Amino acid sequence: MNIRHHVSDTLLAAYATGDLAEGWSLAVATHLSLCPECRKRLAKFEAVAADMMEALPAEADVSGSWDAMKARLAGSDAGVALPPEKTVSKPVASPVLPEPLRSYVGGDAKALKWKPLGRGAYQVQIPTRDEETTVRLLRIPAGRPVPEHSHGGRELTLVLAGSFSDEQGRFARGDLEEADEDLQHQPVAGSEEDCICLAVTDAPLRFSSRFLRIVQPILGI
Amino acid sequence: MSENPEDLARLMESVALRRDVAAFEVLFRHFGPKVKTYMLRQTRNPQLAEELMQETMMAVWNKASLFDAGRGNPSAWIFTIARNLFISAYRKQNRPEFDPNDPAFVPETIEPAEVVLQGLQEAESLRAALNELPDEQRELVSRSFFADVPHSALAAEYGLPLGTVKSRIRMALAKLRKSMEGGR
Ligand SMILES: [Zn+2]
Repeated sequence: MNIRHHVSDTLLAAYATGDLAEGWSLAVATHLSLCPECRKRLAKFEAVAADMMEALPAEADVSGSWDAMKARLAGSDAGVALPPEKTVSKPVASPVLPEPLRSYVGGDAKALKWKPLGRGAYQVQIPTRDEETTVRLLRIPAGRPVPEHSHGGRELTLVLAGSFSDEQGRFARGDLEEADEDLQHQPVAGSEEDCICLAVTDAPLRFSSRFLRIVQPILGI
Repeated sequence: MSENPEDLARLMESVALRRDVAAFEVLFRHFGPKVKTYMLRQTRNPQLAEELMQETMMAVWNKASLFDAGRGNPSAWIFTIARNLFISAYRKQNRPEFDPNDPAFVPETIEPAEVVLQGLQEAESLRAALNELPDEQRELVSRSFFADVPHSALAAEYGLPLGTVKSRIRMALAKLRKSMEGGR
């Protein structure tokens, strides 16, 4: 695989330090599963973050902590040698959706309940525990434009099958596009096959009216 | 007792293979206060920080066999455990992570040992580069590294526009990256 569009330093550093909401993290982690290069960069950021943790002044009081810890260890397997780790045998099939994404949506692309978005496009909404992002899997018919999706701030798009192209270039499996509100783009799916991508955007505006709050999820706005 | 990274890695191995409580105590006394300070910075709640520190060190004990001693200093590994516990306990979110056993996972093509060595050297040069940054940039980067200080708060504190803080952090990261590439 030849990935051309990677995770930016700022995004990767935020992922490394845990400063990134779950929705964005899902896109980053799924890119990481396809990209050895970014995994190497992540390891560096984690090493630096660990250094920074080590460099923190030891202002915390841990007197008494070890006794509590020792008491907990007494109930565990202290002193017992562990059996060697078993190696897990790999299944042969190669899914379109890598982990951790596949577990989030509950199966591979073919097994999902795709909801029509109109004009031949489909989506699957992916729930997360953060309130900052909206996460969806999109399927765009080959050669067609990606449906209108306004976003107020940041948008991450990770291609998993097929490709799309816009002003930023061509994006194929594993490629991640980072866009902000300044980027006016109209992505069009490549003609070779349907394009499946993970799209993470800032959460939509929450309407204050109770009625709108109820219909919002139904209308999908 | 003074602990260098190799000693710490050996202690981890002892914990993993022999469930060695004495070795674990040394690790606990070395990392416990640092993890607790980190948790304090994140949560500003001493009791929660103590609990999260205990949970982190308990996980270090329980998962010791998953630590790869060839990777050198266990601090990065322990940091990731602390970070993940903080996210799930305090922020009540999941932290999605890649799974090397997934059939869709794309493995590294170079020999693992080589990669590990290269990674270590690069981490080393990254650390060196970090120390060479101008004070203000280093401080911004290291403080923005820990979630308790959002960029907007840093901007207010330094009396700088948000865009400037963001671009300085970006610039510092770019510098770090460049010096790493130069070190290859
Ligand atoms: Zn990458």
